[in-house]
Amino acid sequence: MIFDKLGKLVTESGFVQIVTSPDGWKALIMIAISCVLLYLGIKKQYEPLLMVGIAVGCLLANVSVLGGTENALYHQELWDRFLNAGEYETGYTEYLHKFGPILSEGGLIDILYIGVKAGIYPCLIFIGIGAMTDFGPLISNPKSLLLGAAAQFGVFFAFFGARTLFGFTGNEAASIGIIGGADGPTAILTTTKLAPHLLGPIAVAAYSYMALIPMIQPPIMKALTTQKERSVKMEQLREVGKTEKILFPIIVTIFVVLLLPSTAPLIGCLMFGNLLKETGVTERLSDVAQNALMNIVTLFLGISVGATMVGSRFLELQTIYIVILGLVAFCFSTVGGLLVGKLMYHLTGGKVNPLIGSAGVSAVPMAARVSQREGQKANPSNFLLMHAMGPNVAGVIGSAIAAGFLISMFGG
Amino acid sequence: MSIGFAEEVAEQATETVAKTATVTEAPPLVNAFLGYLVVFIGLVLLMVVIIIVGKIFSAKKNMPAEEKAAAAAPAAPAAAAPKKLAPGSAGDVKLYDTNPRDAAMIMAIVANKLDKPLNELRFRSIKEVK
Repeated sequence: MIFDKLGKLVTESGFVQIVTSPDGWKALIMIAISCVLLYLGIKKQYEPLLMVGIAVGCLLANVSVLGGTENALYHQELWDRFLNAGEYETGYTEYLHKFGPILSEGGLIDILYIGVKAGIYPCLIFIGIGAMTDFGPLISNPKSLLLGAAAQFGVFFAFFGARTLFGFTGNEAASIGIIGGADGPTAILTTTKLAPHLLGPIAVAAYSYMALIPMIQPPIMKALTTQKERSVKMEQLREVGKTEKILFPIIVTIFVVLLLPSTAPLIGCLMFGNLLKETGVTERLSDVAQNALMNIVTLFLGISVGATMVGSRFLELQTIYIVILGLVAFCFSTVGGLLVGKLMYHLTGGKVNPLIGSAGVSAVPMAARVSQREGQKANPSNFLLMHAMGPNVAGVIGSAIAAGFLISMFGG
Repeated sequence: MSIGFAEEVAEQATETVAKTATVTEAPPLVNAFLGYLVVFIGLVLLMVVIIIVGKIFSAKKNMPAEEKAAAAAPAAPAAAAPKKLAPGSAGDVKLYDTNPRDAAMIMAIVANKLDKPLNELRFRSIKEVK
């Protein structure tokens, strides 16, 4: 009797499942990948706030799935039924687009993942980002918006490449392209709406490349600009009054959302967060958005996105394609920003340092810091940070518009 | 008979429209170009709006003193007299994203580093660079 129970314990254990389960080896590889991600997050500090969560989500999903679906924290098959995808394409109408079965049958991460699926977490994160962002440099130099727009080049270049060269569908190509926006929440929201089956690899690629910006951008910056251009010192920005700062989020919300309604979740939340910061009468809410809310949502987002990286879905050739295309998207976004920066340099008779163009790729404030560092290398008395913050925050708006366009084109 | 025929034609037309509507997406190059164009147009228009708002505020700020006074007069006929400065003061310091405690500390550190009394230094503004 006791031996039967012990035998049952042994056969049910994950260690045995690694050998006996057909997907056991895949789970083992994913466990190794999650350990690598943990190393990158903790030791190398690659976007640690998100990367550690993603790695632990991946680890928990792949470890727990070996113990059988009963104990799993994340159930891929429930979400396949939710989407009528994969082997559950037909016959599961009671699951189709219904959160009820997920709540009653799902594990902890399934329930947390509802926040991703419903597009809640990226929007809440945008409220926090808005509350942390100073749009002053952009308001004082509105031409920065051109650089923010130019630096979305990689999004559409990668979209085109993914669609024509790699054979991805329109929805998948759009989700891959948005990696070039260098904006994690935007990439997650777009992918959730257009190609949820690619969420894991796209989120990992987006956050990894954002962390690698100090390595990816400088060679491109040096290749596309001359020493003279990089040495340009820019004039001091004008001071922006409080009223202007309060009006800015209201104007942007009305204008951009009316122009492209599909940007409402991202732009609306970003500007709401910024309004909380600038009004001066909602300091408590601004503080919550910047700290408590941001931290809680980052925790939930990381762990639930990481859990989508189950071996049977992640270990495919298309993951490698996504990683390659993500890098292409990042590089070409940088190129787009730099080229328009150079154009502005020539049109203004050398008053604009083209290095600030590369900051248009979003990734606040990392990309602006890279512009500052490269500018100072060329001319130690150069101080480009505030000038680069303009295109940097313009990039956030630009990538939200790009995402809105892609969602409205392919989301129907 | 004619009603049946009309219904049939309408049905066919609806089917055709539905088919045309779901016909394949535009070529990827067109989509990519269109998307980039939409981002540019959106941000250029936003830039124009921000420039206009900025000009309005700059114009208000640079309004000649007499005009400002004239504009302010009907609203505040008994405007308070300008604030009296403390003896030895070089005037107010404008603080941007800096609280007074930090500003006081910064001024004290600067005075200490320069080895000069604080009342011989003039600080115009202190701004936190984020």
